Amino acid sequence: MAIDSGAPKASFRLGMLIYDTRYRSYTIQIFALLLLMLVAAWLVDNTVRNLAALGKDFSFNFLWSTAGYDISQRPIAYDSTYTHTRAAVVGLLNTLILAIMSCVAATVLGVIAGVLRLSNNWVVGRLMTVYIETFRNVPVLIWIIVVSAIMSESMPAPSAFRGEDATASMLLFDSIAITNRGVYVPSPLFDNSLGSYDLGTLTLSLDYVLILLVIGVSIWVNQRITASATRIQEATGVRPVTWWKSLLVLFAPLIALLMFLGFHLEYPELRGFNFAGGIQMRNSLISMWIGLSIYSAAFIAENVRAGIMAISKGQTEAAFALGLQPGKTMRLVILPQALRVIIPPLISQYLNITKNTSLGLAVGYMDLRSTLGGITINQTGRELEGMLLLMLVYLTVSLIISSLMNLYNNRVKLKER
Amino acid sequence: MKKSVFLGTLATAALVAGYASATTLEDVRARGVLNCGVSSGVNGFSAPDANGVWQGFDVAVCRAVAAAVLNDPMAVNFVTTTGQTRFTALASGEIDMLSRNTTWTFSRDTDLGFTFIGVNYYDGQGFMVPRALGVSSATELDGATVCIQTGTTTELNLADYFRINNMTYEPVPIETNAEAQQQYLAGACDVYTTDASGLAATRASFETPGDHVLLPEIISKEPLGPLVRHGDDQWADIARWTLNALVAAEEYGVTSANLEQMVAGTANPEINRLLGTEGELGAMIGLDAAWAQRAIAAGGNYGEIFAATIGEATPIGLARGLNAQWTQGGLLYSPPFR
Repeated sequence: MAIDSGAPKASFRLGMLIYDTRYRSYTIQIFALLLLMLVAAWLVDNTVRNLAALGKDFSFNFLWSTAGYDISQRPIAYDSTYTHTRAAVVGLLNTLILAIMSCVAATVLGVIAGVLRLSNNWVVGRLMTVYIETFRNVPVLIWIIVVSAIMSESMPAPSAFRGEDATASMLLFDSIAITNRGVYVPSPLFDNSLGSYDLGTLTLSLDYVLILLVIGVSIWVNQRITASATRIQEATGVRPVTWWKSLLVLFAPLIALLMFLGFHLEYPELRGFNFAGGIQMRNSLISMWIGLSIYSAAFIAENVRAGIMAISKGQTEAAFALGLQPGKTMRLVILPQALRVIIPPLISQYLNITKNTSLGLAVGYMDLRSTLGGITINQTGRELEGMLLLMLVYLTVSLIISSLMNLYNNRVKLKER
Repeated sequence: MKKSVFLGTLATAALVAGYASATTLEDVRARGVLNCGVSSGVNGFSAPDANGVWQGFDVAVCRAVAAAVLNDPMAVNFVTTTGQTRFTALASGEIDMLSRNTTWTFSRDTDLGFTFIGVNYYDGQGFMVPRALGVSSATELDGATVCIQTGTTTELNLADYFRINNMTYEPVPIETNAEAQQQYLAGACDVYTTDASGLAATRASFETPGDHVLLPEIISKEPLGPLVRHGDDQWADIARWTLNALVAAEEYGVTSANLEQMVAGTANPEINRLLGTEGELGAMIGLDAAWAQRAIAAGGNYGEIFAATIGEATPIGLARGLNAQWTQGGLLYSPPFR
């Protein structure tokens, strides 16, 4: 005979899916998921049917056909006989070049403006306030177009540099020419070049590889020198003189290498319609670079100010009490702590800058948006495919940037042991 | 979640592409207004006048179609498009037809899914340079900086031309004609290249047109014509035959001035069929008999439109050239109205 075990077993009823708190959340989640999948299925179906109605297929084959258009700024070899893929890669490189240049410039400008806004000097502080409030409250596209208009309207044309009675002249011992088509700066040349190594899609200059290698080794040796000096100081209390060793290690090998390679600068000079030789930084690049940098720097300045102000005054006073000078206080005490506050919003700013490079079309900067997302789409009629690729690339680039910055953030964040 | 965002975007793009269940003719009639894509301002071809009313050679085609279909040449909603946006606007159904200096090419007609309804201007790509540059031929342009509208056939022709002739150039990509004009005048480029008619129109709007020369080289064939979407043959027929009606009217001497007199009856059965006093041509394309009368009344026949907008008496001053009737050594040739 069975013994009654007490409370009756609650049998599962359908209503419990809603009324029983144990199941309710699952019900809601599954229902929401189903709904989401339904919407997604409808959207895909709609896309397919509409494409069919327009008589279009979905294919990425256009990427392997000849692009047929030229690109002004070419970091790698490209002409109109290359494929659309190659054009997109050129565009991507242009995007990255602009993004890196703008991030660096915006950070430098932003840190300076942020620190100066906290200055005790009333004029400097207010000036920075005016800068920040003006630049971050006007859309970035307007700044880009303003810079572009200034460059193309008020700078002299290359022909103004010509002849006996030239109305314009080059700067810095005839090495830099600022024209309404861009800024021409000298480019490095090597007489005894080691040649370059072909990697298939791009060529690697062995000269630059060697130079980077030498600089890297020099820095490493210099670190060893200072480390050993620190050891001696800790053991004996006297720090040996190292400055001349550092100077020698850092610069002598580099200068020797440059002399060996026959390094010299190629100056731009007027030839035909334009300047030839040197490196041309086109108007489009300059306008985008300056526009993006001064705009984003205003935001970064506020991040920096917030970071510094987040550190309590007690820290400074404690550092002063230990006898640290103001410079060292900032470098050793305030900034390492402030960075924890500054880095996370800085990541967002870097992402913003990278994505804002897609405004390049407004001034004819041939970035990814202008090549793949502009001319290629227009010439091939593959809007959907092109836009999907474009989104994918920007997403990838942004994720890479934020993961790199997160690595850095992990290094500077508060170590809790 | 990421996946759904991806699919959502995919579908949004598709939604924009639109799906018209009714025919374009029904849509236009129900709306009571024709959405016509034009350029964002090329004098003589399509630009608003001082009163904000769109005028020009390309605009006249839109007005003729609106007159034929809606009985009101002013019932047109002009949508400005750039070289980059025009095809998307047409494919998505934002506009019913595109009348905007668009070159008829193989891939646009087939792969992009459009139907060109004819040619209203036979053109070719040319170069404009400041006279002060002292250039007399395009073969002297090695190393020049060239302003060019992106998303156009001129971009591809230019690349081909310079490559074939072993010359280098520096392209300055630009979105609209107005912007190109500003860059060119500021000296940011040595050369401006686009269709020769566009160059003439642009030069006419300069303060000192005499300071700029059009180089003799024409480096491409640019048959410019209005276009509609693939898939609605009735609508394509209406647009095509409205354009043909304007051309035929000039050939037969039907003008906006003598139209009423012609409608009263002529000895020429071709004219009678064109004007709907004989036969039932209108019904065959879903319109009434007087459709062509209204199209011609809107701005006159092809020759009148040409003369009023871009002809030699206007500041743009284009000669008929290739765009004369076939009877006068040109290429304009309307199939018979029969």
